[in-house]
This record gives sequence, structure tokens and C-alpha cells, in this order.
Amino acid sequence: MIQPKTLFEKVWESHLVAQEPGSPAILYVDLHLIHEVTSPQAFTGLRQRRLNVRRPGKTVATMDHSIPTHHPSLPIADPLAAKQIRQLEANAREFGIRLYGMESPNRGIVHVIGPELGLTQPGMTIVCGDSHTSTHGAFGALAFGIGTSEVEHVLATQCLLQRKPRTFEVRVEGSLSPGVSAKDIILALLAKIGVGGGTGHVFEYTGSAIRSLSMEERMTVCNMSIEGGARAGMVAPDETTVAYLAGREYAPSGDAWEMSVQRWMKLRTDDGATYDKSITLDAGALAPMITYGTNPGMGMSITGRVPDPDAFSDASQKLALKKSLTYMGLRPGEPLLGKVIDVVFIGSCTNSRISDLRQAAALLKGRTVASGVRVLVVPGSQEVKRQAESEGLHRIFKEAGADWREAGCSMCIAMNGDQLEPGQYAVSTSNRNFEGRQGKGGRTFLTSPLTAAATAITGRITDVRTLITH
Amino acid sequence: MSQYSAFQSIVAPLLVNDIDTDQIIPARFLKATDKKGMGDHLFADWRYQPDGSPKPEFVLNNALYRQARILLAGENFGCGSSREHAPWALCGFGFRAVISTSFADIFKSNALKNGLLPVEVSADAHWKLVRFLEADANAQVIVDLESQTVTLPDGSRESFPIDSFSKYCLLNGVDELGYLMRFEGAIRDFESTHS
Repeated sequence: MIQPKTLFEKVWESHLVAQEPGSPAILYVDLHLIHEVTSPQAFTGLRQRRLNVRRPGKTVATMDHSIPTHHPSLPIADPLAAKQIRQLEANAREFGIRLYGMESPNRGIVHVIGPELGLTQPGMTIVCGDSHTSTHGAFGALAFGIGTSEVEHVLATQCLLQRKPRTFEVRVEGSLSPGVSAKDIILALLAKIGVGGGTGHVFEYTGSAIRSLSMEERMTVCNMSIEGGARAGMVAPDETTVAYLAGREYAPSGDAWEMSVQRWMKLRTDDGATYDKSITLDAGALAPMITYGTNPGMGMSITGRVPDPDAFSDASQKLALKKSLTYMGLRPGEPLLGKVIDVVFIGSCTNSRISDLRQAAALLKGRTVASGVRVLVVPGSQEVKRQAESEGLHRIFKEAGADWREAGCSMCIAMNGDQLEPGQYAVSTSNRNFEGRQGKGGRTFLTSPLTAAATAITGRITDVRTLITH
Repeated sequence: MSQYSAFQSIVAPLLVNDIDTDQIIPARFLKATDKKGMGDHLFADWRYQPDGSPKPEFVLNNALYRQARILLAGENFGCGSSREHAPWALCGFGFRAVISTSFADIFKSNALKNGLLPVEVSADAHWKLVRFLEADANAQVIVDLESQTVTLPDGSRESFPIDSFSKYCLLNGVDELGYLMRFEGAIRDFESTHS
């Protein structure tokens, strides 16, 4: 009898090149994505060793982190960012790597354009010098972030040395209530297991609630796997996956398409296969979620109250929460609903896809942004931007008083000039509320696009369920 | 990469859990195209005032710790982004080891490639070390990779795990890319059948 296997094990085993006893596995990489921030030193390493890129066709480059989101005809004001962008252009040219550059209509956040172009496919191994590479696991790929040394390893050998992670099933059953979305599922998971709960593991998201999510929603969930410490998160491919990929530029076509679909549909965890860990969430019991602290695991239902450090028995947990609340300027027991905020950011590789923008626009339509609130809407790619504009979403955002920008990471990482001022409060659809993440001294509440849009309208942290009509 | 030999050092305590790589090195310092100078920006927002002057209360601004080669941190050190700038910054400051009860996966992998040893000890050993440092900030600790032990100020030894491959690479100054490149034949064979 054949040993039943998990989805992760199937993808892992089909990419094993070699493994010596006592050494990590040599894992083949099908798709390598690079951007301007974590790749320059890898190319320098290649030059120093006089090495070539082994498989230039399997690496795809774009710039997303440090690029401005103002009109592309305007110059890049930051000389360091400009230099980094020029460096990526030069590296791509020298080593023959496909680059979706500043002028490309397909430029965008690396984790948005990979799926959009059909580069991301089920069963692949995908890596990038970026921890949110976990996003691509939504397609049943094994996708994870790597460091710059590893970027160099992949460029030189198309392989990585990897220790086999353990598996962790995250089963989500039931259906989401109105106003509750994929972002709330992942924030609820993180609130439950904490930011280190998945360390050493790969998540596989299963259950009826995950099955009923669209591909974009699955990407939102997988994207934040790393915030739970898991380098990768996967969803087994199904009809939803296949329908998303059909007709995309780099998806297989003709006979190859039929064969690929057959292969992809077998990529699922066998009956009887076991995970090293598991947890179950009830989607029907979830409310919109919000973070109150300085890591993504410090989250609660939007109607909740900020926890009291004194309620924790563990001294280091008590200290961590105290430190967070001091930074956030919050009091124990305080509700977050009604809290006045300064900025709303709708964007990032977590929530900048067309369905995210549609949700936000549907709420903002015919309404206006509260006075004194700065609202930034940053599409994940130029393709998302075009699609949104063809649907008139940009007019809804602009008429409401929001700022409609060009694609990029923008205020998620605040490397490009889009940032919070010290002390400002932001409700953000991004993935990290770490101290200073969105600008030095800035204070971030992570939420779904629906909650962000509702908050933009009132200027205060708002339960979106009070604004939607059933 | 140089060989990783045993050493003795005082220990800089930064007893915060879940220290993320955005704290180790804030994103605005990632616009560099080389690895130089990252040590100056290590823990920048905890270490410097808005005007750039040092915050006197931050541990690394205490002159005593200028020579520290070991950082003692809370659990889940290095969570968050994949930036290898984090170990570059820690090494740039002069650290050769970080002691914690746990490390984030990507950080650990990056650290090992830069001669920065993630020393994972039990909660008991961690607590013991904290107490020693409270009693004497000058207390010395020995990190010995060969025997996989940390010798605490009272002479007691705590062991720590490390996979045999990383240990071999660090002790012998072996570069992982050099190892990978020896598999050129196997990679070619794999590519000939892999769709």
C-alpha cells in the first residue's frame, strides 16, 4: 500500500534533487521572483565568484518596495531608491532576466503579478527574497521567503538547501457572516496561535470555509502565514484554482493545459495522511478582526476590549503587552470601536487585488471620507489599476476624497515616501503592525479592506456590519 | 567565510519577546545595494532619538556593551521579514551569537549563512543567564560550537542544538553555495526529467 501523503509532502518530494545523510535536502526551484531590495547583494556575490545565472528563464524581476506611487512620469525623489531601481535594471539586463520595469504595464507587487500573469501554478516551488512569498501557496505551490544569500544560491544553481519543515493543518469550517472576510480568518488564526505558533511548519489550509474562498481571498490568507511563523501556507488546487488560471499569459495552453489540470487536481492531501499539528476554526463564529498591539498576533474581534497585561501570568508576555500598549498609546480594557484615526491605507500584497478594491469601493460609493482623514488606495499592480479604472472604482475613491495611486508596496513598508508621521494612527489592510513599520513612530491597526473603508467614512474605528444593508 | 571558533564575551541583554526584523533594522535602511555599514543602523529606532543622538537607556548605548559579542533576547527572535540585512546589522555591530529560547525560521537560516550563531537554550537556562547578568553585568559567557555548549558565569554548561550540516559549515568556514555547486550533475539529471 502506498503511504498517504500531505499536499506539502507531494510537492516537496517531487522537487528533491539530492539529499546526503546529515545534510539538508537540495530542492529544485521552479519560479524565482526578485525585487530591488533583497537582490542587489546577491548579484554582487555572483560577479565576485564569476558565476552566471543558471536558468535566467526561471527568474522574474520587478520593482515594488522602494518605488514611488505617484505618476510614473515624475522622477524618483529619493536618490538611494533610484539607485536601487537602476541597479535592478542593470542586473536584469546583464544576466538576461525578464524584468517588469517601471514602464511595464505588468509591473506591480511581486506577489500580485506572479498569480496575475499565470506564472504561479499549482505544484511549483516558488521562492523570493520576501517573506510574503507564502502568498503563492494559495495555488497549491510550495512558496516561501528566502534571504539574500539564498537568492544568490538560486540564481547560481536553481536550487536551495532546505531542511524539511513539519506540517500544520489549519481547518476552517462553516461560512463567514456578512462583513467578515478572508483577512479576518487569518487575523483570527494569528490571534489564536501567536506570531511563533507556526514556526518550523508549513500550514495547509483546509475545510469548507477555505474551499468557498476565491483565489484572491485564499492569497490573503496564505500571505500572512509567515506572521504565524510558518514560512509557507498552502491550499490544495480545485476548480476555483483552475478557473483562475485559465487563459492567463503564462498558464499552459492547448494539450499542455489539459495535462496540467489533470496533474494539478491530484495535488491534494491523501485520506489517512497526518499532519504534525492541527487546529480548527469556526468561520461562522468570526467577527471582523482588528489588531491592538505591535505584532499581527495581537488581534481581537473589533467589538473587543484591549487586554490587560496584568491578566497574563507569564512575566514576559505581560511585559510584551505592556510595551506594545505603551507604543500604541492604548489603555487596558479600552474598546477600539470609535477610536479616532488619522490615516487609512488600502493596499499591500495582502489586500490590494481587484476584489479588495471592489469591496472598499462598494462601501465608499456615494459616501465621503471623514474630514481630517488621509485615505490612500494603492492597487497591487498596474493591471489591477487598469481593471479598477475600467470599472470606475477610481472615480468612487476620488469622489469620496481618497488618494488613488500607482501600484507598489507603498505604506505597507514605508520605503517610498508613503508613510505615517510619528504618533499617527492608521487602519491598514497590510500585514504588519510592528513598531515603525508604516513610518517611524506610526501606530497601525490591521484590518480587512471592509473595516478599513468603513473606518475611512466615519474617521473612527468602525464595525463594518453597522454600515452594510442586508 | 571564516571558521567559527569558541569565544568568551560579556552579554548584552535585550529581554523582549518577538523582536521582529523591522526593529533589528528598519526598512528605510534597506535601500543600500551593499552590506556595508548596517551595524550603525542596528535597532535604529530603539537606539537613537529622532535627532540621531543615542537614547541613553537603550542597552547597546551603554559603553560596557560596545564589546559584547553575545546578545541575549526574548523568545521568537527575528520574526517578520526575510531581510538578511538583520544578521548583517547584528554582525556589523560585532555580535557573533544571539541567545534566545527560540528563533524565527528565516532569520535562523540567514544568520547561519553569516557566521552569526543562533543559540537556542531552554527557558530554565535562559532564566539562569538573566539572573547572572542581573547580579553582574560583566559576567562572561563562553560559546563553544564544537561541543554545542554555552558556559554560564558559574561554570555550568548548557547545551544547544544545531543541525550537523550548519555546524560543519561554520566550523570549517565552508560556504553553502560551494556545497550546492558540487551537485551540478544531479541538478542536470533532475532538470532532464522535471516538467
